[in-house]
Amino acid sequence: MGGKVVTISSGKGGVGKTTATANLGISLASLGKKVVVIDADIGLRNLDVIMGLENRIVYDLVDIVEGRSKLRQAMIKHKKFDDLFLIPAAQTRDKMAVSPEDMVKLANELREDFDYILIDSPAGIERGFRNALEPADEVLIVTNPEVSAVRDADRIIGLIEAADKGPGRLIINRLKTELVKKGEMLSSDDVFDILGLSIVGIIPEDELVLSASNSGIPVTLNMQSKAGMAFNNVARRVIGEDVPFMNLDESRGIFQRLAKLLNGR
Amino acid sequence: MQEELIAIKGVNDGLLISLSTTENWQSVTDQLAARIDEQAEFYAGANITVELGERPVPKYELSSLRALLERRGLKLSLVRSESDTTQKSAESLEVPIENHVDVAAPQQTVRETAPVTSEERGTHGVLFRRTLRSGRTIHNDGHVIVFGDVNPGAKVIAGGDIVVWGKLRGYVHAGANGNESAIVCALEMSPSQLRIADFVVRSPAGKRKKIMPEVALVRDNQIIVEARD
Repeated sequence: MGGKVVTISSGKGGVGKTTATANLGISLASLGKKVVVIDADIGLRNLDVIMGLENRIVYDLVDIVEGRSKLRQAMIKHKKFDDLFLIPAAQTRDKMAVSPEDMVKLANELREDFDYILIDSPAGIERGFRNALEPADEVLIVTNPEVSAVRDADRIIGLIEAADKGPGRLIINRLKTELVKKGEMLSSDDVFDILGLSIVGIIPEDELVLSASNSGIPVTLNMQSKAGMAFNNVARRVIGEDVPFMNLDESRGIFQRLAKLLNGR
Repeated sequence: MQEELIAIKGVNDGLLISLSTTENWQSVTDQLAARIDEQAEFYAGANITVELGERPVPKYELSSLRALLERRGLKLSLVRSESDTTQKSAESLEVPIENHVDVAAPQQTVRETAPVTSEERGTHGVLFRRTLRSGRTIHNDGHVIVFGDVNPGAKVIAGGDIVVWGKLRGYVHAGANGNESAIVCALEMSPSQLRIADFVVRSPAGKRKKIMPEVALVRDNQIIVEARD
């Protein structure tokens, strides 16, 4: 049956879908997979920026669907990985320019040549989300450990189940260990308790993500970054490897350890 | 409890609303609006028969009553009245009118119209064997049984009882037709809001220490929640 279509979705905006898609794409490519990432957020494209490919766009998703461009012409090869491609969203049109059927047709063509087709879904539950969901073999739901994001994720999961694409797996993004310890942020267990979905990744809050996104070099290429490592682990779990979750406890410096010892904690 | 100026009960094809024939019109309509708003989703779309008795209702009052109902998605489909003034008002507003009072109607209590009647024959309900996630609304005139969780943002509205074999964290309304003997039970009882008939409670803030199966019911005009062992 060829490649696997993985849609990255969230419901709420700003939780890190596009960052997750870019990093996952790069991680999968670095694991030797042939990958294409599709930006389905027509009218508000960003995936190209985060992947540092903005200035290479000639054709886009709508051009392919409306026949102005061949599939291969619109695909942008990544600067570093020869087997990683981007299909950018159109900036000037809206989500109605593409139908769920168009997306299924496109995905089926891509399945023949690629191992993974990642689709970055727009926020919301309307047409854009339907477009991204329809061709999916698996859905990864990105959420933040906060009540409103979890609520929206829950809504999206309900819609994914209703479309028979469920249950999906969860990426918990931007977890702050210190806040969880103080009881000020939901823990990954709390999120699991509400959503009841298996977790495919827990990404710690990491300033390097922002600077990486702004420079167009996704954080997963930075071996110093915990978030980058966590995204790498997600990719390995997606291809079926059994990877243990990393220890996100930050208090491992010599002083903290000493303090811990003295306090008897 | 405040004196009831209105009675709402289910009839075959909609709702019969009886309004006090003596009280100040403003208080009556205010209370009606409040009652409907409390259970807006339950009443939505219903055909309404309004019983006005001997009260003479001028055209502008009747028209504002109709507007009040329409704003809430309800259709005023029949007016029952013995007053000439009211009948004329209804005619000029082209609202269908019936010139008699159903004598039995005001005496019937709401409870008798609830769908739950015979224990021997069993009572009707629906079963959902899945978790109800945010945005999902279940609405049934009988009982509702959920084998799974009711998540925050999900709603269950039942004419009868609600049984949740799982965590109840959303909104539930049992006995939504006014049946105060309805119950709600759950393995974990932490609803965002729980209603039985016209009574409302919220879960206390903060985390529960011990989680156990519990039952919510109305006793002495308030909702109480008790453990079940």
